[in-house]
This record gives sequence, structure tokens and C-alpha cells, in this order.
Amino acid sequence: MTDEIATDGGASTVNAGYDEWIDALAEGAGYALVCPDGHGSLPPRRVCPECGSSSLSEEALPDRGEIETFTVVHVPSPRFADDAPYVTAVARFGPVRLTGIVRGVDPESGGDEERAGSDADDEAVEVGTTVEVGVGERETDGGRIVAFRPVET
Amino acid sequence: MTGVRVAGVGLTRFGSHPERTGRDLFAEASERAFTDAGVDRDAVEELNYGNFMGALAEHQGHQAPLMAEAAGVRCPATRYESACASAGVAVREAVRTVAAGDADVVLAGGMERMTNLDTEGATEGLAIAADDLFEVRAGVTFPGAYALMANAYFEAHGGGREELAHVASKNHENALPNEYAQFRKAVSVEEALAAPPVAEPLHLYDACPITDGASALVFVSEEYAADNDLDAPVAVTGTGQGTDRMALADRADLASTPAADDAAAAAYDDAGIGPADVDLAEVHDCFTIAEVLAIESLGFAEPGDGIAAARDGLTTADGDLPVNLSGGLKAKGHPVGATGGSQIAEVTRLLRGDHPNSDHVADADVGVAHNAGGTVASAVVHVLEVAE
Ligand SMILES: [Zn+2]
Repeated sequence: MTDEIATDGGASTVNAGYDEWIDALAEGAGYALVCPDGHGSLPPRRVCPECGSSSLSEEALPDRGEIETFTVVHVPSPRFADDAPYVTAVARFGPVRLTGIVRGVDPESGGDEERAGSDADDEAVEVGTTVEVGVGERETDGGRIVAFRPVET
Repeated sequence: MTGVRVAGVGLTRFGSHPERTGRDLFAEASERAFTDAGVDRDAVEELNYGNFMGALAEHQGHQAPLMAEAAGVRCPATRYESACASAGVAVREAVRTVAAGDADVVLAGGMERMTNLDTEGATEGLAIAADDLFEVRAGVTFPGAYALMANAYFEAHGGGREELAHVASKNHENALPNEYAQFRKAVSVEEALAAPPVAEPLHLYDACPITDGASALVFVSEEYAADNDLDAPVAVTGTGQGTDRMALADRADLASTPAADDAAAAAYDDAGIGPADVDLAEVHDCFTIAEVLAIESLGFAEPGDGIAAARDGLTTADGDLPVNLSGGLKAKGHPVGATGGSQIAEVTRLLRGDHPNSDHVADADVGVAHNAGGTVASAVVHVLEVAE
């Protein structure tokens, strides 16, 4: 059992709290945990990590978020071997920031330089891009990932 | 409270030693430290040992007793793990133990074995320093996390790849005479800019290599040094540690490192000095952008000004405040769990005057070591001073 967990990177592990959260995100019902002072966090939590309040309520994520920073990953970990190059971004959604993979953008453009072979149909990602959030699949092994997609503003 | 002296330092050559066991690497570093210190092994009262990915790389947990055997000491031995700051926290606890009068002689340091893994395995091993659920599953690699910080920094303050290339070129230049360095090869700004991307905006020469190596230090009380007539002119006068939210996305700011701000403030306060008193520093440049963030946290540059420090000559070997005269993690190498101890060894050698780059800092009295874990969710800062 230990060996099995080690070789699949823990993908078969049940993570109560997180699993329900990503299920909800997949159904378009993503949420953050919010304390009375307005600090946002992601589950599982018993207290607010900022202030220690134990009074946490689920609050629906806004429909749209904004990319605050991103990177184009060329050297992946094994679970993303067939996904590279891909764009990972941190985006603000109301009380929380989420980290996810940006789909529907061209990883070969918008990075350090335009490279040959980039797909002109997909737009380049940049700081400030408005995105929606859902759940996608890793190309490498089908594992679930937080996925952002640019939307028209 | 008593003064804490660095009695001896020991390093292995940093580099690629895929055939060498971790126990052999730490044995070599500790042997050098005992020889340098002139302290008998049986005087050691505690071993504080740093290691990060031994369970993955060597299928070996519970490494502290093994390393006590390797070093030839028989005393309470504990492994410390704080990702890339593992040896930094091991050193900090050694310093606190001696300062509190709980022990007169403590051996501290660390070891990491990495090159026996392939690049994918090492990438995965390093990635687990990030939040598995909310970062690693979203494709964040170790270089990717620092790339996110680099882009956030550029967005907030400006600057770009060229300024980072100056950091890489400076640290490669510094490593040339260092006999312990992995890369003793000059890299020009142009070469750094032309290298392939790893996680944009970071390219190959923005990243530290994958490294095997070990570090060991013998810390003693001031009284023990005097009673045993040890040649131990360098004192550890300040120690500080900071912790931040684990995931980058949960930090107040993506373009600075508050945990290192906290560690630096505590270490300076402990030593009774400020940034203006510092003559040289070894900082945690796992990526070029990390050196920029480090010197801002240490108060050597205002937020937004750190990016230009290497380009403008502030932090070069003959600048006002040389940073990473060892070559840094960038060129000297980064055996993760050994790095924090290696920085203390390099600052000590620079202050004692027996480092190949000591001539650049002949009048230096105060040095600082900055060691960070993960994306600086952990940070440790130490102040070292010439005491006699
Ligand atoms: Zn709160």
C-alpha cells in the first residue's frame, strides 16, 4: 500500500474536504471559506488561517477572476509530462486566490518571446486577463486540475 | 546566555556524485569540520542534522542516528526538515542550544543526495516543498513557483530577464576560485539570456543545479573555546526565523518574502546591528529572482530596487556589499538539506580570511546568511561577526 501511494504520487488518496471542494468546482459551484472578518481560505479548515476564527461559512466564488501572475512551465513533474508546455497562473476570485492551469491559451505565445508554430487561434495570457474557473484533466494521466479559461470582458 | 563560536567548518565538494551514499557525504563533511575545529568527536553533546528528500532519494527515513554513526559521535541526534532551509533550522537550534548553556559543543549541518534521481524524479522531489493539494496538483514546479514570483515582481516594480542574467553571471564569476563549487565556469549575461526556458520568465541559468553534497559545523560556547585554547574567531551573534502561508497564492504579496523580513528583523535585533553594518552576505539564490527578493528582505535594497543590484555593481565581488561570494546556490550548487550549513561555512571562511574570495572583503567584520524553504514559507537568517 505504501509503495502504491508512492508511485502514483498520492493520486488515489482520499482527501476529505478538498475532494468535495473540487467536486463542487466541477459542478460550477466553487466556494471559499470566509470568516467574519472577510478572510478567505480553502478547505479543509477548522479555523481561519489569518485570524483563528472558528466561525467559517461557505461563500460562492465570483463567476470571474483576474490573473495576477503566471508562468509557462517547460520542465514538468512526471504527472504533467505530456502537458508541457503549459501555463500555470494565480488568479484572484473574491476573497481567495486560486492556482490553476490556464486552458484555451497558447503557451507558445505571451511568454518571453513569440515562437514559431504558435497557434494563432488561441490568445496569449497576460497579467490582468479575466478568467472563469472550472475543473479540467491532466493530459498525462487524466487527473483532475483546477482550470482557468479566459472570458470576454 | 553565552557567546556562540564557530569552531570548525566542513564541506564536501558540491556536484554530481550519484554513486555516493548520503552517509558517506556527511562523514566527509563532518571529518573536515572536526579537523578544522581541533575538537574531539567525543566532546559533541548533540547532533542537529538537516535533510529534505532522503525518503525519496535514498528510501531512507530516520537519518539522524545514521549520520551520528557516520560522523563518529554518540549523542542525541535529530533530523530537521524545512525543505531547502533544513540545515538553516538545524543550525539555528544548535546556536540556541549553546547560547542557552544547554551544551558546550554541538555538531550541525546537513546532507542531500539528488543526482541519483533523474530530472523528473528530482523535479517531483523538489515540488513537494509546495502545497500538494492546491499548488502541485495545479502544475506548480519548484522553478514554476519562483517564476510566478518573478512575473509578479516585474509587474509590481519593472525589471526583467536582463537584470536577472546579471545575478547569474555575477554568481558564476564568484564560484570560479571556490574549490567546493559545482560549476566553476563563467557565464556571460548574453549566454544566460540565450539559454532555454525552464518556467518562463526563468531560463536555465536562472536556476540552481541539482546537487549532491553535505555540510558540517562545530559550534562551541565562548567558554569552551577559551578553556580549550581553540582558534575560533567568528561568533554567531544573531539568529532569526520566519514562517509564512505555505501556498504562494495565500500570501499577502506575491512579489516579496515576508517570512525573510521577519527572520532578518529578529536576527538583526538579536545581534544588535542593522543592515548598514553588514559587510557581506550569502543568500538563498535557488533562482536568480530569489536573490533579488532576499536582499530586499535583508534591507540591502528598497522594495523594487533589488532587481538592479547585481547589474549596477552593489552586490558584485568588489561592490559595497558583495552577495554570494561563494557562487551561491546558483553556481556553487544546492544540495537542499545541506545548503543552510554551507552558507554558514562560507561566511565563516570569508570572515576568517581563508576563503579564496576573502581578498575582496579583507576588512569585513559582519556577515549574514539567509536560507529559505519552499517559496520562502520558511526563512532563517544568521548574523556572524569577527569576535577577536
Ligand atoms: Zn479570519
